[in-house]
Amino acid sequence: MIIAKLKPFDEIKEMLEDYRKILVLGCGSCVAVCMAGGEKEAGLLTTQLQMAFELDKSGKTVETITILRQCDREYIEEVKEKLGQYDAILSIACGVGVQFTAEVLDGTKILLPGLNTTFLGATAEPGTWVERCLACGDCVLDETGGVCPVTMCSKSLMNGPCGGHEEGKCEVERTRDCGWVLIYERLKKLNKLDLLKTFKGPKNYGAVKRPDKIIHEAYQPVAVEKEEAKDKK
Amino acid sequence: MSFCCQFCAYSAADLAGSLRLQYPPNVRIVRLLCSGKVDALHILNAFKEGWDGVFVAGCLEGECHFLTGNLHAKQWVNYSKKLLKDIGLEPERLEMFNMSAAMGTKFADTVREMTERIKKLGPSPLRKGGKTVVKK
Ligand code: SF4
Ligand code: SF4
Ligand code: FES
Repeated sequence: MIIAKLKPFDEIKEMLEDYRKILVLGCGSCVAVCMAGGEKEAGLLTTQLQMAFELDKSGKTVETITILRQCDREYIEEVKEKLGQYDAILSIACGVGVQFTAEVLDGTKILLPGLNTTFLGATAEPGTWVERCLACGDCVLDETGGVCPVTMCSKSLMNGPCGGHEEGKCEVERTRDCGWVLIYERLKKLNKLDLLKTFKGPKNYGAVKRPDKIIHEAYQPVAVEKEEAKDKK
Repeated sequence: MSFCCQFCAYSAADLAGSLRLQYPPNVRIVRLLCSGKVDALHILNAFKEGWDGVFVAGCLEGECHFLTGNLHAKQWVNYSKKLLKDIGLEPERLEMFNMSAAMGTKFADTVREMTERIKKLGPSPLRKGGKTVVKK
């Protein structure tokens, strides 16, 4: 899922300076799981802002709603009318959600980001999330025992490890595991160390054209047959 | 406002009563199944409603009936302190305590300690009309 982190409170407050009627818009998917922008976090941030605005007597009001996903038009459409009632919408979805909500509202309302979107990751333990994929668009996990060299190696080496690893740790940051040692250990367990013998050519970093777009094969445009059936003539 | 685990602080408060220990009468006790049930939102809402101070009380460390509920509560109390600091409220208005059901005196002392601490800080700037609003 997408992992994000709440921006510092002062920064958020500053962003809201010019607006009086504010809505905190939570997202109930990725960012809810990583405890950054779900219903609960939206509630906390809203309460915090309400108290802060009461303390500085600015007379601003803050309300909150959370929708299931801000990266899906149908969920935004459901609350579109309601969103129209506010001066500004502080979205605590990932950057995708903020942009997509803004796109649906099409310049009728300002969207402000409450989170810093950080990486694609997994839950290592409650409250801890770890990065695992850089969305390179050309996955090589089959060759590396399911450990991503692009992400887990600090230098994204395709034929590692480099000479800098020491006792399984990376030279870029000694507290970090060397990605290629992880790959070696995993392949050893899988009895597939052979895979390390094949040299991997340069990685195609052009596999993703940014900003990229994917159209499912079943949704490819089709030519609409307008002609009458010929055999009738 | 206090959020008390039923197995320890809540029983300790009961004991303090049976022992006829004197402690300030300004504390409202909310009974929880375990201190780990406390939520940052409960804490923030108490302050939003104008309470001057809040404490969470759970079993002695290592003795939570749900193993780590009280350690969890401690983490959330710490986090809530940060949330209070963000908006400019003194984090000292919030505290976590640990006690056993047999510690009636500790409960009375805790209430006294928090009352003293808050007296020094003065009433919460969020208090409405000089009186704490208690929603029924
Ligand atoms: S908007 Fe972002 S956080 Fe929300 S569901 Fe979509 S991808 Fe996940
Ligand atoms: S190789 Fe790594 S970065 Fe690329 S898709 Fe696979 S897991 Fe993601
Ligand atoms: S049972 Fe008392 S703190 Fe968990």
